Amino acid sequence: MILALFLAPAVLTILISLTNLSVSTGLSQYQWVGLANYGQMTRSPWLVLVLRNTVIYVVGTLVFFNVGMALVLALLTVHVSTQAAGVFRILWMLPRITPSVVYALMWRWFAAQPPYGTLNQLLGLVGIPGHNWMNAHPWGFVITLNGFVGASFGMLIFSSAISAIPRDQYLAAQVDGASAWQQIRRITLPWLRWPVLFVTAYQTLSLLTSFEYILLTTNGGPGFFVTEVWSLYAFHLALSNYFGNTQFGLGAAFAAVLVVLGVAASLTYLRVFRFGELVGPPRIEVN
Amino acid sequence: MPDAVAPRGRWAVVLALVILSAPIIVMYGWLLLASFSGSTTGLVPHGFALENWRFLWTTLPNQANAWVAAANSLTFAVVLAGFELCIGSMAAYALSRMNFPGRGVFLSSTIVLHSFPSVTLLIAIFLILRFLGLYDQLVGVILVKLALDLPLGIWIMKGFYDGVPWDIEAAALTDGYSRIRVWWRVMLPLIKPGLFAFGIFAFLSGWNEFLLPYVLLPSQGSQTLSVLMAGLAGEERFADYGLVTALAVFYILPAVLVFGLTQKYLLQIFSGGVKG
Repeated sequence: MILALFLAPAVLTILISLTNLSVSTGLSQYQWVGLANYGQMTRSPWLVLVLRNTVIYVVGTLVFFNVGMALVLALLTVHVSTQAAGVFRILWMLPRITPSVVYALMWRWFAAQPPYGTLNQLLGLVGIPGHNWMNAHPWGFVITLNGFVGASFGMLIFSSAISAIPRDQYLAAQVDGASAWQQIRRITLPWLRWPVLFVTAYQTLSLLTSFEYILLTTNGGPGFFVTEVWSLYAFHLALSNYFGNTQFGLGAAFAAVLVVLGVAASLTYLRVFRFGELVGPPRIEVN
Repeated sequence: MPDAVAPRGRWAVVLALVILSAPIIVMYGWLLLASFSGSTTGLVPHGFALENWRFLWTTLPNQANAWVAAANSLTFAVVLAGFELCIGSMAAYALSRMNFPGRGVFLSSTIVLHSFPSVTLLIAIFLILRFLGLYDQLVGVILVKLALDLPLGIWIMKGFYDGVPWDIEAAALTDGYSRIRVWWRVMLPLIKPGLFAFGIFAFLSGWNEFLLPYVLLPSQGSQTLSVLMAGLAGEERFADYGLVTALAVFYILPAVLVFGLTQKYLLQIFSGGVKG
């Protein structure tokens, strides 16, 4: 039953993408149209725009926050006392456990136009003129908003990886007179290569398919398709269209591309991260 | 590693952390402040307003009752966590300790399935639930969410069992315990801390879920808090900021409390270090 509820939608997504199912055809009068939806997809004038947006979104969030900020936070928190590190880790976990609806609203208010937005009030103190940051810098806004949620994942993985690095290496480096920066550059970062790769791989996939925060804030705007990413476009086409005639078939074709990407990527990860060892049979067995 | 920076340098590190975390501190502080204020301009409150919290004793016009929505969210989260623990702990035990045909395939396919989240499947799920007559019913959404979250859950719980030395189980088996009794009397107590953390995690995931109830539970009687919240905040121009912030505090408080009380266990599960 459970597996059926998961597998069936995956298969069905692909099947629907081969039909012209939409609100106007209803659930009974659809026709099989073969790969026509995919043809329409590649001819879509917005395809390049949506693709470009998706790349900005995924790469931007990964570089600046999910890996970048996470690395900075992990490096900083290992240099303060355990209690202080705990406080900051909890603080950064807050966005992750806050319901997305509330979290998105908090950012909208934080970035709102003067005199309401808190960000403008704080920046006003140092003389930076205020505006609605979400509309003025939609990409900065979307990436920051997503990044503050995503950073905690990498932060926790990197900090536990750092604490597993043998201490002798640092002691030896200190005896040789290495500075804090040299220790980070020559010892810590090389040790973190695998965790960084893992977080990048894992989060790329999550980011590709996640659009909830964008839906709740800019909803693809402001203006025409400025922050419309692939998954959001599929959602709009299939379930929330401006004209009421939602095209399940075309939307499913866009979603199917993500499914195929997801499967391909995770099969690669299975290989790269030696999941083979994890799924190997138990060593001792009594039946 | 901690000695790499001199004591005086540590204050600089703390300061850097505070600056990086400032948006979080400011936003959550503001939310609490605004929920009790008549209006705010930035961080300056104007007037004290308890009527922001009126949804606690009245039903808002054209909206679902906040307590009904909270009850829906709670049912959703508790049932979800219960089923995930129940099914997951059994499936994970079998996958960790027993050898049966299709085991490897099953394990690899669960991780592959996990890689396409609800979004890609939403269209198909919508149609399936319509077909099954479970559209706009809490049961339907619970089943869908369960199906989406279980694969990762089984993987995590398998990790707990893998961490238990085989000798303990072998000893119990030689003493004549049946497989089921070993699982129930020996294994479960050993991995209890991990299961507890996982249960909390599942509960939070259910409590916070927005997209599935938003698409699959449109009517007022079955709305969850997240959908009510989105509805109230959606009427942008007319939105009553005080009211919305108060409801937001009402909504996130249980999640923050649960997290605060159990964070020690949760942070372990996130860093993948729970050995039970």
